[in-house]
Amino acid sequence: MEIIQLLIGGVASGCIYGLVALGFVLIYKASEGVNFAQGDMMMLGAFVALGLVNSEYWALPFIPGILLACFIMGGVGYGIDRFVVRRIFGQPQFALVILTIALGFVLRFVAGAIWGFTPLVLETPFAGQSVRFGGLVLGYEDVITIVVTAVLTLALWAFFSRTKLGLAAQAASQNQMAAYIVGVPVRRINSMIWGLSGIVATVAGVLYAAKGAIDPNIGLLGIKAFAAAVIGGFGSLPGALLGGLLIGVVEPVAARYLPSGFSQMSPYVLMLIVLTTRPGGLFAQIHAKKV
Amino acid sequence: MRVVFKTSYDKDIDLHPDWWDRGKIAALLVLMALLPFLVGEYYLAEATNTLIWALAGMGLMVLVGHSGQVSLGHAAFMAIGAYVDAGLMTAGVPWIIAFPLAGLAAGCFGALVAIPAVRMSGIYLAIATLALFVIVEEMIIILEPLTGGVGGMFAPSIMLFGIDFDRYASLSNFYWLVLVVVSLVTWAYANLLRSPTGRSFLAVRDSEVSARALGINVTRTKAVVFGLSCGVTGLAGALMGHFISFFNYELFSIFISINLLLVVTIGGLGFIQGAFFGAILITAVPQMIAILRDGLNATVGIDLGSVPGLDTLIFAVILVGFIIYEPTGLYGRWLKMRAYVQLFPLARRDMFRRQKTYLKTERMR
Amino acid sequence: MSLLQVTDLAVHFGGVKAVDGVSFDVEEGEVFSIIGPNGAGKSTIFNLISRLYEPTRGSILFNGEELSNRPAHAVADLGIARTFQNIELFDHSTVLDNLLMGRHGHRATNWVQDLLFLPKVRTEERAHRQKVEEVMEFLELEAYRDKMIAGLPYGVRKVVEIGRALAMGPKLILLDEPASGLSVEESQDVAFWIEDMRRDMGLSVLMVEHDMRLVTQVSDRVLAVANGRSLALGSAAEVQNDPEVQAAYLGSDSFLAAEEGVA
Repeated sequence: MEIIQLLIGGVASGCIYGLVALGFVLIYKASEGVNFAQGDMMMLGAFVALGLVNSEYWALPFIPGILLACFIMGGVGYGIDRFVVRRIFGQPQFALVILTIALGFVLRFVAGAIWGFTPLVLETPFAGQSVRFGGLVLGYEDVITIVVTAVLTLALWAFFSRTKLGLAAQAASQNQMAAYIVGVPVRRINSMIWGLSGIVATVAGVLYAAKGAIDPNIGLLGIKAFAAAVIGGFGSLPGALLGGLLIGVVEPVAARYLPSGFSQMSPYVLMLIVLTTRPGGLFAQIHAKKV
Repeated sequence: MRVVFKTSYDKDIDLHPDWWDRGKIAALLVLMALLPFLVGEYYLAEATNTLIWALAGMGLMVLVGHSGQVSLGHAAFMAIGAYVDAGLMTAGVPWIIAFPLAGLAAGCFGALVAIPAVRMSGIYLAIATLALFVIVEEMIIILEPLTGGVGGMFAPSIMLFGIDFDRYASLSNFYWLVLVVVSLVTWAYANLLRSPTGRSFLAVRDSEVSARALGINVTRTKAVVFGLSCGVTGLAGALMGHFISFFNYELFSIFISINLLLVVTIGGLGFIQGAFFGAILITAVPQMIAILRDGLNATVGIDLGSVPGLDTLIFAVILVGFIIYEPTGLYGRWLKMRAYVQLFPLARRDMFRRQKTYLKTERMR
Repeated sequence: MSLLQVTDLAVHFGGVKAVDGVSFDVEEGEVFSIIGPNGAGKSTIFNLISRLYEPTRGSILFNGEELSNRPAHAVADLGIARTFQNIELFDHSTVLDNLLMGRHGHRATNWVQDLLFLPKVRTEERAHRQKVEEVMEFLELEAYRDKMIAGLPYGVRKVVEIGRALAMGPKLILLDEPASGLSVEESQDVAFWIEDMRRDMGLSVLMVEHDMRLVTQVSDRVLAVANGRSLALGSAAEVQNDPEVQAAYLGSDSFLAAEEGVA
């Protein structure tokens, strides 16, 4: 029973890693680079939601408040691409890595300047409630996390495989020049994907905030989400989610059964094992260059 | 504009084509050597710090700038250097042996890591090194008997041939020691770039397929680059340990890795000079912010000290500015200005126009 | 014994048979051309010889040595140099450095000696430069010696790549479409160089080319391939008049099928 309890908790936190990892993958698809500010976008999303919902700030009702937060963060994501990232369009990926690291610092500063560096708690209507299921006691927030992640993943999958815009985005991600030539507005689509990843980050942030206090440094969680995205193979949406779940499960299990200190490294050890055996991740998308 | 008339292959092979250039380097070295007599204790300590950063920057530069591999975990190699050096010295090994061993340990560890890492490219490698950093950090805490764990450890002061090189008691001596190490490494680095090994690094950076077709063992080359890079960074870490004197794992945080990346990118990727330009910037900016803050506080009464994280913000903004407006870094800007002056009034705006590589995709390599 | 012996070479990518049982051999001092429609598997044969792909079956013998047992970087040591269809130069280095990189296989110093720049390194460097200057003189590249590749016109880059291959001092040089994208005059230069390589340097040349004029002018023998299979082997005229080759190039469904294949 204990192990199942452990696993479900792991799956719930794994969902959050998975969602942040989804954000990485989205941007990897759009800009062909890693957004090292994704964790900080999640952090900012959580704070924006907190600022809209909590009673000492705007005190909006929960659901509309979250939706508005998603909308705002979508705009932030769009804006980051439109006004900053687009300017380095065509430079090597390394430039994007550095640029987004710097953007992460900026976002952290913004959050710290507005909401301070002391941990705050997001007021949720389901705080502290739990459901009993057989002999299991499940936190409400865990159940909601799992459900929301499943729904969001399905929606993203449908978006990319069913809608015209999603297909155009896929085309743009596979070959920018070719997509441009056949009339895909590559730049605008890239900005939209950044907006989308802002929304996904906000959802992840809200789910994270539902489980505990947040401060401007929670963005460092992004590093763990990298591990998730890498394990899945950058560029694969289901892979990212799977990687997140794996990490989410491995961590509490390692904490339970291994000496202290090892659980902190377990996600990265897992990632290095995957990378050494399959350098492109579990769902590799790297192909050899044709000469 | 001076034109060097090359009359033999040696002109090309030499580090400096003529005595004018050699004289400039010699003058710079003399100036650096005389620095302890010219400036006070505080600025000498800052200069030492800058040199150590430049050393670490050179370590990362050879990896990022010359072989095109990104590492976000170089703080880990600095930590290894610092802990091995301090650990050996605590055990009674003299500095002259402990210091090279520290570099060797970091280098060997780097080369070992490189063997699985060379199969990865770009972003995967960056993240793998980041993961490595986290693992090393945790290991330092776990290996408490050796490293002092969270409590930290003390780097003994350096004694060489009966002369004291303690960072506090005799800062000038310590500064000269650092200067010698940095000069030697710079000289070796410059040698590397004019030799077959350095060219093979560039080959691997620009096209792995054709490097293979030329008979370059890509895996081995990358392992050598990694080893050299980590070794030099380890040396810098050891010196950093002595400079800080008492340190724990927090000294070598992820921000050190990021700062190192700043050093190489803002300084100018692919140039030795870039590491120095970057190091100067990264040590000077906090000073300037402090001066500015005190000035504003005294004159206008605005207390910027109350805004937390302001220096990181300023760093971040400088970085964004460089990436967008001057991707070749400070050294690139310097080259452009020099060309402008030399060619005046014939310089054209688009002389340094970059070629954009829209089709460069990581999914193909 | 022939210099290069390719026997029943095949490589399959999933279901696609990019090369499917091709055999030929290149004699010492011969200029041997491979022609065929797009996607016939010509470049794939080159990539198999330089060990970028693993063959599904078949053998490649060079001077009697099996290549399949060697890693890609060890092929160059045997004396095989190559150029690439889409130019794979080191863009951020000068022409001189690119050619010097071609001398990598002849280096006699290791990285420790290089770091210290021992006198031996300097002696070696002088020798490499001498060889490279000879190649530059041969290809008339002196004017571009210290120019960055990134700023050079296409035609010059193409020549630099040939130069880099020659700097390796090979026995066999593989030229992948050396004249594609060149003007008539430039491809005429290429023809003269190939002649000289054979006559003055004693090189064997294996070439993939579409420009039939160049092929006819320089080749001793020509192999026509389509859909990964060899169609005809003989002199340029014989191959051009082969009815199967004509069918492969002009109409019939085999051409369309070839278009869908792998380049």
